[in-house]
Amino acid sequence: MRSLPRIEIVGPVAEAWNRMPRSARWLATLVLVGFLFLLPNLTIPVIDTPGSDFASVLFFPVGIYVLIALGLNVVVGEAGLLDLGYVAFFAIGGYAMALLGTETGIPFVLILPLGILASMAGGLILGTPTLRLRGDYLAIVTLGFGEIIRIIARNTDSIGGPRGINQIPHPPSVGGLKFGVIDPKPYYWLLLVIIILVTLLVRNLQRSRVGRAWTAIREDEDAAELMGVPTFKYKLWAFAIGAGIGGSGGVLYASKVISITPDNFLFILSILFLSAVVLGGSGNMPGVILGAVVVAYLPERFRGFSEYRELVFGAVLVAMMVFRPQGLLPSRRRAAELRRGDQSPDDAVGGEVATT
Amino acid sequence: MSSLLELDQVTMRFGGVTALREVDLNVDEGEILGLIGPNGAGKTTVFNVVTGVFAPTSGMIRFQGKDLHIEPRAGLGLLDGVASRLGPLKGVLTRRRSRNRITQLGIARTFQNIRLFSEMSALENVLVGTDNHHQTSVPGAVLRLPRHRAEEHSGRERALELLELVGIAHRAEETARNLPYGDQRRLEIARALATEPRLLLLDEPAAGFNPNEKRALSALIRKIRDTGYTILLIEHDMGLVMPLCDRVAVLDFGQKIADGLPSTVQSDDKVINAYLGVPA
Repeated sequence: MRSLPRIEIVGPVAEAWNRMPRSARWLATLVLVGFLFLLPNLTIPVIDTPGSDFASVLFFPVGIYVLIALGLNVVVGEAGLLDLGYVAFFAIGGYAMALLGTETGIPFVLILPLGILASMAGGLILGTPTLRLRGDYLAIVTLGFGEIIRIIARNTDSIGGPRGINQIPHPPSVGGLKFGVIDPKPYYWLLLVIIILVTLLVRNLQRSRVGRAWTAIREDEDAAELMGVPTFKYKLWAFAIGAGIGGSGGVLYASKVISITPDNFLFILSILFLSAVVLGGSGNMPGVILGAVVVAYLPERFRGFSEYRELVFGAVLVAMMVFRPQGLLPSRRRAAELRRGDQSPDDAVGGEVATT
Repeated sequence: MSSLLELDQVTMRFGGVTALREVDLNVDEGEILGLIGPNGAGKTTVFNVVTGVFAPTSGMIRFQGKDLHIEPRAGLGLLDGVASRLGPLKGVLTRRRSRNRITQLGIARTFQNIRLFSEMSALENVLVGTDNHHQTSVPGAVLRLPRHRAEEHSGRERALELLELVGIAHRAEETARNLPYGDQRRLEIARALATEPRLLLLDEPAAGFNPNEKRALSALIRKIRDTGYTILLIEHDMGLVMPLCDRVAVLDFGQKIADGLPSTVQSDDKVINAYLGVPA
């Protein structure tokens, strides 16, 4: 392959970060988190969104996309499983909130975990029969699952059919924070808390036996299995964790928008979520967050342009695949795996261990 | 029951090709058994059925007296060992033992074509092996429970010990694929040992080594055996196999044609013919 000049946007930043003492890193993180909490109150001319309310945009699509991309990253980036129907879990979470909120008196603090559990159950139902498949086959089945969930919602009259569900209650007010129709900021803050929690939990997983198992499965599933890694179990966990995170996004989304319909959960969303992960840098959480922000924010910033979003997207993705296939902020390991993929396909090691 | 591993009339067929034909083979506790034979004789297929990559077409493999490929279903652990004698209930009470469960029983292997996790560091590769007998799962890791931290700590120490044993401790933090070829082979051995096997299968560990490296490897294999492991070794270099192995079995066209002390096997007519061809 002809060697192209690789544009290191973040190399120096990452290096500076690693050189910083521990205390400075903590401080920088705190400042960043503080900034993110203040963000909806700030009016920064360049990043403001002229066509729509900035704080609203921060909640949806930006924040929701970030959360969902973090969840999908567990499946795609960590375990290396291609999921093309991820919107299904967003939908399950959304419908769980809508149904439990309108039909029962269960408080929001319980609906959130219930919605997460429901999505995880969905992940297990999808994963148990299908995670024996690999690669392209898995992608096709997950794509089908995403559509099945949406079509079931559309055709089940007891959950509103194509009209969906209206009058979804808001979370109750906590102290001075009023979750209402007018002010989107409390939703954004709640979402931000959940994103931070998810980031910490996933980071704990990465640094454990579980993360090692995922990496091993991604790199050589047969060898992993023969070294005692219960591959099926950990793939299923990746699916369930990813689904749970997607579901939490669905619950939050539904709790704000008052009404949801099956058309909120179209296939294109699965593709946009996946684009966010791949564009940002599959397997690297800062990268994935950046990818989600780019995918969600740019069309809002350039409102007049958003009609052409998919067109521009296609071009950007093609350009990315040519010039920077590892994503904007790749994990070093994933980048190396991709480069290696260019040269010698892993499966070419011969019939020593047959892929069954 | 002195045998650690017993192959009983094992046949492995792939479509029309019979890779193994009614092979009987015992591996005794504490020995180094050499498995030799011309290319295509079925040596690696033996490894593949013993590690569960394939289930044999017919015949049976026992490990520590237990049926290797059939295990009792969850909650029926007491039946392990008698699984093959359950008659008509077998299908209900048992299932196929998965590859990782076979590793947990105490069998680990290296690969003829190196198959490390190439973007992980040498240490992490070995850690994947040590995880084999760890209990932590997702909840423990998410919450960083004490057991998780204890296992990470002890796993790390054990992994460093093993890297030391195979002589590449100074490269622990290097990415596996950047290691020199010989060190990659040694890392494979360390990773397999980390799973705490009773039986270690080495598939041509000296392939591509020069005489000096072969001598060092030979010493390492002996040292590993003396630490308490049983070793089944596939190797082509007779200069390495004959002095190292306690016993040698010879395969040719999927059949076992000889099995005995190295000196006996070496002078066996059938073995000589298999390697040199039958004189016309």
